[in-house]
Amino acid sequence: MNAAVMTTDTMPAKRPWRDNALFQGWLVLLLAVVFGALLAGVQTALGPTIAANKRNETLSQVPALLAPASGAAATAKLEIDTRMLPVSRGGRTAVYRVHRARRDGQLAGWVVQTAGQGYADRIEVLVGLSPEADVITGLFVLDQKETPGLGAKIATAPWRRQFVGKPAAAPLEVVKGGGAGANQIDAITGATISSRAVVAIVNRALADVSSQLAADAGKAAP
Amino acid sequence: MSTPSAAQRFVRGILPENPVYRQMLGLCATLAVTNNLKSAVTMGAAVLFVLVCANLMVSLIRHWLTPHLRIVIFTLTIATFVTVADRLLAAFLYPMSKALGPYIPLIIVNCIIICRCEVCAAKQGPLTAVADALGQSLGFALALVSLAAVREILGTGMWFGFRVLPAAWPDWVIMVLPPGAFLTFGLLLGLANWISARRGGKEEA
Repeated sequence: MNAAVMTTDTMPAKRPWRDNALFQGWLVLLLAVVFGALLAGVQTALGPTIAANKRNETLSQVPALLAPASGAAATAKLEIDTRMLPVSRGGRTAVYRVHRARRDGQLAGWVVQTAGQGYADRIEVLVGLSPEADVITGLFVLDQKETPGLGAKIATAPWRRQFVGKPAAAPLEVVKGGGAGANQIDAITGATISSRAVVAIVNRALADVSSQLAADAGKAAP
Repeated sequence: MSTPSAAQRFVRGILPENPVYRQMLGLCATLAVTNNLKSAVTMGAAVLFVLVCANLMVSLIRHWLTPHLRIVIFTLTIATFVTVADRLLAAFLYPMSKALGPYIPLIIVNCIIICRCEVCAAKQGPLTAVADALGQSLGFALALVSLAAVREILGTGMWFGFRVLPAAWPDWVIMVLPPGAFLTFGLLLGLANWISARRGGKEEA
């Protein structure tokens, strides 16, 4: 009651609409509509380019992650198709993005996109596999926010190269000070956690998908 | 107290009223993106774009601003142009957009821009507002580049990703980590103060 009385008292009797919040905010409302339209335009114009950038970032890495082709196949153009591979194992379900690479219709290998928790943040990697999905042919770190100068070395070529040629069947293990064994990956000095994280991410993905990919490779064979 | 002219606004933003070293504004972004020159230059360019657009827009509508709604309008304007800048980077400079992560969207809350809208654009004409925006963004870019130049070369021995110091340089990793940002900023700020003190504070008055 009081509030109502006060409002009538303070309101200029002539033009009550001037105190209306909607009237006072006309500029805000108008700008919101204009800016909204502007942003919609920008998104419509640039959205496809941005999506393509994201896709290309992944696809441009695929050739380097496969085993090098020999002979005539080396010059053949690589065809890449991508699909989602759902896996449920041990009461856990996961969906992997799997890129299949073919040269002249022949299966050239697989690139599995996977991610997991690192030391600082999520680490996203691509794992290259041979056509039979039994040997790792490459590793690439798509996204990581590990400590610069230490954990961030997981993205460097010398460290990643260790994974090439490792068998996909048995889990990899991290060792300190020069891993020489068939399943061993040398940890980065001062970044054991980041090294272990990458290896764990790779191990989990391989355990999940390698048998299924091997089966697919068998089916695809002529 | 006469209002500063366009030329005065432009010159003041670069050194005498440098947003980082004199006004101490926008420090979060300044400390975060200056571990290499590429990020620093990209950030400087993004702020330049946003500040010029926001200042121009605010200056054009300044006669219709009401005291209690002006901050809403500033924020709305800034957020729009920041989003445009963010999308442009993602479309045409994708690696930089990824490297800068959240710091481009965070320009929305960068005090430098809302400060210029309030101090200059809401009171003066479009020409002065744009001159002011250019001066302040150049001052901001200068501050970013000065910090990044010190941090990148000491932390990695490189500038813009190209090796400058011999490979024997033991990278001072701390310089590219957050503590290096505070160390470098403290020392450069001390240097800026020392220089202006030696000049007898002529500009301070």
